[in-house]
Amino acid sequence: MNLDAKIPSGPLEKKWDKHRLDMKLVNPANKRKFEVIVVGTGLAGAGAAASMAELGYGVKAFCYQDSPRRAHSIAAQGGINAAKNYQNDGDSVYRLFLDTLKGGDFRAREANVYRLAQVSVNIIDQCVAQGVPFAREYSGMLANRSFGGAQVSRTFYARGQTGQQLLLGAYQALERQIGLGKVKMFPRTEMLDLVLVDGHAKGIVVRDLVTGEISSHAADAVILATGGYSNVFYLSTSAKGCNVTAIWRAYKRGAAMANPCYTQIHPTCIPVSGDHQSKLTLMSESLRNDGRVWVPKAKGDKRPAHDIPETERDYFLERKYPSYGNLAPRDISSRAAKEACDDGRGVGPGGLGVYLDFADSVKRLGETGIREKYDNLFAMYETITGENAYKQPMRIYPAVHYTMGGLWVDYNLQSNIPGLFVLGEANFSDHGANRLGASALMQGLADGYFIAPYTLGNYFATNKIPRPTVGHPEFKRVGDEVNARTKKFLSIKGKRSTTSFHRELGKLMWNNCGMARTKASLETNLRDIPALREEFWKNLNVLGETNSLNQSLEQAGRVADFLEFGELLSRDALLREESCGGHFRSEYQTPDGEAQRDDDHFAHVSAWEYQGENQTPVMHKEPLVYEEIKMSQRSYK
Amino acid sequence: MNLTLKVWRQKNRSAAGEFATYQARDIIPDMSFLEMLDVVNEEILAQGHEPFAFDSDCREGICGACSLVINGIPHGGNKGVTACQLHMRHFHDGQTITIEPWRASAFPVDRDLITDRTAFDRIIASGGFISAHTGGAPDGNALPVSKPDADKAMDAAACIGCGACVAACKNASAMLFVAAKVSHLGLLPQGQAERYDRVVKMVETMDNEGFGNCTVTGACEAVCPKEISLEFIGRLNRDYLVGSLKK
Ligand SMILES: Cc1cc2nc3c(=O)[nH]c(=O)nc-3n(C[C@H](O)[C@H](O)[C@H](O)COP(=O)(O)OP(=O)(O)OC[C@H]3O[C@@H](n4cnc5c(N)ncnc54)[C@H](O)[C@@H]3O)c2cc1C
Ligand code: FES
Repeated sequence: MNLDAKIPSGPLEKKWDKHRLDMKLVNPANKRKFEVIVVGTGLAGAGAAASMAELGYGVKAFCYQDSPRRAHSIAAQGGINAAKNYQNDGDSVYRLFLDTLKGGDFRAREANVYRLAQVSVNIIDQCVAQGVPFAREYSGMLANRSFGGAQVSRTFYARGQTGQQLLLGAYQALERQIGLGKVKMFPRTEMLDLVLVDGHAKGIVVRDLVTGEISSHAADAVILATGGYSNVFYLSTSAKGCNVTAIWRAYKRGAAMANPCYTQIHPTCIPVSGDHQSKLTLMSESLRNDGRVWVPKAKGDKRPAHDIPETERDYFLERKYPSYGNLAPRDISSRAAKEACDDGRGVGPGGLGVYLDFADSVKRLGETGIREKYDNLFAMYETITGENAYKQPMRIYPAVHYTMGGLWVDYNLQSNIPGLFVLGEANFSDHGANRLGASALMQGLADGYFIAPYTLGNYFATNKIPRPTVGHPEFKRVGDEVNARTKKFLSIKGKRSTTSFHRELGKLMWNNCGMARTKASLETNLRDIPALREEFWKNLNVLGETNSLNQSLEQAGRVADFLEFGELLSRDALLREESCGGHFRSEYQTPDGEAQRDDDHFAHVSAWEYQGENQTPVMHKEPLVYEEIKMSQRSYK
Repeated sequence: MNLTLKVWRQKNRSAAGEFATYQARDIIPDMSFLEMLDVVNEEILAQGHEPFAFDSDCREGICGACSLVINGIPHGGNKGVTACQLHMRHFHDGQTITIEPWRASAFPVDRDLITDRTAFDRIIASGGFISAHTGGAPDGNALPVSKPDADKAMDAAACIGCGACVAACKNASAMLFVAAKVSHLGLLPQGQAERYDRVVKMVETMDNEGFGNCTVTGACEAVCPKEISLEFIGRLNRDYLVGSLKK
């Protein structure tokens, strides 16, 4: 397997500029002749589809929701980072690069991260031009806030709805191109397989979710921007429909899956309230700007929060990480909360919660001051829990939130399959073993607006392969496989619902491969997940038909893929015998309980190659070579 | 608590629909409305029947996918919340709840409680944007935007495109949806160049898509989960007047 990252030579700051000069261009008249398929219309997909169409390429875009505007990016709350240094607080491209690389626990590629920091400044300009209503100061200038893992204020935001506003900007740009006839949009259409012709990605097989019709689409290149796989844990902050299907099917066609074990647990989510729970709700990290995290000092202290005097509270993040305090990175904050709860000092039902307390900020800024910044989040909290967080502290607990792993891509965001590009959360590229807050939106838009449009052009200009038609035998072969698989779900006629399998898988993943992982717990998964999968294929109950709108059938396909993917994730976690970022192996920790990396043996990307049904996949390594900086032990103390 | 549900079932766009009755048992107050429906659907499946279909995705009130008329009111009548954020603590034991899809000819029913809302996308495609090609944008701070304008634009931009406004309106008008977008973009300096052209095109598409006329009854504002203000419709009307005079 060829894992050449194709990092341009030359000094770090010049690599991207140099690469842009070196890449071949497609002349304007010829762009029209190329067609590209974009699966996913989140920030990454909508950004890429709109930008590619503006350049003159023909684009077909797909999403499973009824409208491209509903992609999961819509739910991002807190903000987007950019090295604008508008606050004059010492920020720079280099500092954003350093923070992101360090935040990722030195498991990302230097050159990719540097480029991300570089283009971050263009993103803000682009979004402002589109009319994204970012928060403003009274001077009319853009406002900033701080996020975890940074000591500067570089996060731009639009109330608590930053993702929504950025996505609407990208969506409107996309709709404009749809109106102009440059993009053909296929909503409620799910990609179920990738088609390769002569080793190049040349099309996809999809199912129309309304009519059930399975059809093929051919193109000169395929972009996957299908988001993350948090829902392998069943409960996560992702939307219900988020899935691993598109990238998993690509993996099964030969694309390498990189670092699947890097998953992020977000420290501030509303705790689980019962078995009926269908998803978890995030309380934005921005709240940690003004909220203080604490638990009672004494075990089993059941007094209401306001009856616990200051001296009997443990503000554990401020105590353990004085220089970052409540803004310590997510992996560290989550683990600290888990430790406090494991120690019997958790609050709320089942002791699975810690307080996020705004009393001091309300004193400082007044209730109106807090309301202005976070009202929608407080309202959401009250809607869900029935509690008023202006009067009593919020209860929060960590939950699965983001997945750093994904399909392997080179510097051009091209996978090891030529012609297959992967953008946004679906790739593994920039966040290493842990993503800093407000950096996913940045990455999605960087990939979609500013990187893919260049690198795809280079692919077209240097690979003159004629576009196949859907009459090509490969399309027929893959289409038949998809059809057979779809019918199979309905033919099992077992007793258990898809949801019950998904829940059980989620429990295995959370208990054995969640915030803390051990050799034994991961081996349990490698034994129990295949067994669960076997039962799934024998005892699944899906009713209805293939040729109609059938949500159970859609869900069955996604859960079937999660049941395979969960095993790979656990296997990857087992092989990585170190702790780094969100991957915490209990066996590998420093004396004070922090993640213990092992750079001598694990400074590499783990890229998995599929070997066939029920065969153990093979892991390949891409070494992480740092030219600019030295890997060091992260410290937020 | 235990509840009786009357749920709209319809096989596809051309089939006739009807209500079916189901029992929701052992529902706890902390469940969301959609989680309650999940529980009922699991039971329907276990009894060998096909679950009813309904749209949802984010389940936190922001994507605009969920779209249920609950006891005659889009999203169920809890001020400022979508159906997915409605919790069972607002219902009582023994209650009967009717659940229907959005009813509007511009939003045909695809199945059970799911409608086709792509008409909204076509309205946006006809003008609901600022034409800013990727690349070459001036510095974000080059064009100051006064805080009140930015805040007001954000109030309008908060629309999630769910369509509850249309479902609540006796004329099935999409005015509040269109007004929100026209105001969001028209309030910002970046949006001025296309301001009047935009409003005329969007209103024209709205009419062509089969949405009804606005008679300003305010039913839309009352059900809007993002509490988009009726005053934006006034703004739209003023801009539309100027826009059509310019034509
Ligand atoms: C609650 C929440 C809050 C967040 N807050 C922040 C924040 O404040 N700042 C930040 O930087 N990041 C935040 N994130 C992370 C960030 O929102 C996501 O990582 C990012 O938006 C992902 O964008 P994307 O374009 O890669 O994918 P998505 O937006 O997830 O889009 C995926 C697209 O792929 C489509 N799709 C998926 N599978 C298929 C298929 N098989 N066939 C067809 N289409 C398919 C979907 O329809 C969708 O259009 C948050 C995430 C969550 C969950
Ligand atoms: S499911 Fe997203 S708004 Fe209700």
